Amino acid sequence: MGYLFISPWLIGFLVFTLAPFVTSIWLSFNRWNIVTAPVWVGAANYRALVANDALFWKSLFITLKYAAVAVPMGVVAGVLLALLLNCNVRGIAVYRTVLFLPSIVPAVASSVVFVWILNPQIGLVNALLKRLGIIGPAWLADTKWAFSSLVLMSLWGVGGSMVIYLAGLKDIPVYLYEAAIVDGAGPFVRMRKITLPMLTPVIFFNLVMGVIGAFQYFTQAFIMTNGGPEESTTFYALYLFNRAWRYMDMGYASAMAWILFLIVVVITALLFRTQRKWVHYGG
Amino acid sequence: MRSRKLTPGAPTVPQKLAIHFALLCLCVPAMLPFIWMVSTSLKLDSDIYGAAKTGASAFSLASLIPHPIHPQNYPEALRTVPFQVYLFNSLGLCATTIVGAVASSAIVAYGFARMRFRGRDFWFMVMISTMALPGQVTMIPQFALYRWLGWYGTYLPLTIPSFTGGAFFIFLLTQFFRTIPTEMAESARLDGAGEWAIFSRIVLPLSKPALATCALFQFLGTWNDFMGPLIYINNPLKYTLAYGLQQFYSSYDGKWAQLMAAATLFTVPIIVLFFFAQKTFIQGVATTGGRN
Repeated sequence: MGYLFISPWLIGFLVFTLAPFVTSIWLSFNRWNIVTAPVWVGAANYRALVANDALFWKSLFITLKYAAVAVPMGVVAGVLLALLLNCNVRGIAVYRTVLFLPSIVPAVASSVVFVWILNPQIGLVNALLKRLGIIGPAWLADTKWAFSSLVLMSLWGVGGSMVIYLAGLKDIPVYLYEAAIVDGAGPFVRMRKITLPMLTPVIFFNLVMGVIGAFQYFTQAFIMTNGGPEESTTFYALYLFNRAWRYMDMGYASAMAWILFLIVVVITALLFRTQRKWVHYGG
Repeated sequence: MRSRKLTPGAPTVPQKLAIHFALLCLCVPAMLPFIWMVSTSLKLDSDIYGAAKTGASAFSLASLIPHPIHPQNYPEALRTVPFQVYLFNSLGLCATTIVGAVASSAIVAYGFARMRFRGRDFWFMVMISTMALPGQVTMIPQFALYRWLGWYGTYLPLTIPSFTGGAFFIFLLTQFFRTIPTEMAESARLDGAGEWAIFSRIVLPLSKPALATCALFQFLGTWNDFMGPLIYINNPLKYTLAYGLQQFYSSYDGKWAQLMAAATLFTVPIIVLFFFAQKTFIQGVATTGGRN
């Protein structure tokens, strides 16, 4: 009877998740262009990726760089915003709404808007910089700036994680602060000994989701730069997509997908191992 | 507010001013892209490019206000590409996937939350772990499967999977159903009610807030989905708004005013929805971690 209730999910899981999951291992050992039958090539796809594909390594490096730069920056910005919004001042709900709004803008919309804002000749950002007497770079068209442009743009959408931190802050029991004040702890001690430790589970959650998200980073790179200039924004997910749907190299792309999967598992496991050192669960 | 004297975060007046100042400084960059999008969408192309002839011009506040106001960009954008058709397609897909995902997720969650059967905890763990599975791993065989089924080029790859429930929604609803007291269900059972009646007459009506959260996030997921239509839709008349907007951008390079008009039309429904369902939004993000 219970299985009857969970059957919609169970069937979907077996057909749309488990079967493709297993098939993709097999596909990664084949050469396949979708139209003709797959040809077994053994580990050739993996060998080619590791030994002969400079773009594979580059896209992996770009993605890891994004995970190492944009994700921690997002955590810091999100926590700082949440701390500010946790203050008891008038109109805080309005501030919260304004700072949250960017995060709900669809990725396709924010992508085209940022391409326009970052336009080198007539974009808003360079017009603002000009006001300050600075000649702005070509942003998305400049090899040195394209990646940073995407990182900065990700900070614009930090409102989503800010709300999660804010919920975490509201969950910290007031008596902890009351006890600390009675013991004579100043605001900095309270921040270091109560607020930040109590937030670490939420920070950890966002860190893990952020790293997994970095490996799925696709829409913005596809629309705004299509991986350029000079492949400086070819994120792993974008390169995988191009391998599969532009070059119809489905076996090769499946091998890439499995390497992605293993890397995500390893990084997540490593993050979980550091957990004991800095994440505090319970009061 | 109780015992404000002892609780922290009751700032003094200069502190309050500093907080206001910091927040205002942050609100400017948060809002500027919106303002610039709407302002561009109401400008003449000649005004946008006029500035460029003399080289990049410095920013002035006046450039935020279009002069003259040129609302024709909106009808023109709608004529350049059939955005009404895309809107209709997007809404249709949203409606279908919301019905599919909410109904199936609720049924499955009831099974996990209220039924006892062998392997329940195992399957629940499996379901939770699928949430962390990167889509890329299943993407290619899924494509092959849908193509083999003859679904390529139709909406079926974008709708049918939603009828098997979403892991996040099932998790959310399972947690919610578990908080509903079992007494009412027990007395209904004594009166001869079956599981289905308990589910649909007692549990569902009590779960409206959680169901609304699921509906909202499914709406956002379908409305914003870009990769799905990119992979599966090949007929321009079947494009969704998200895909149509990207196609407009890549085929009409330089029509910034019309592009921003289209982007505004695509974003406004989400913002309006946000103001109607602000609480559901924020609680949903805070509990689901804002996937989608």
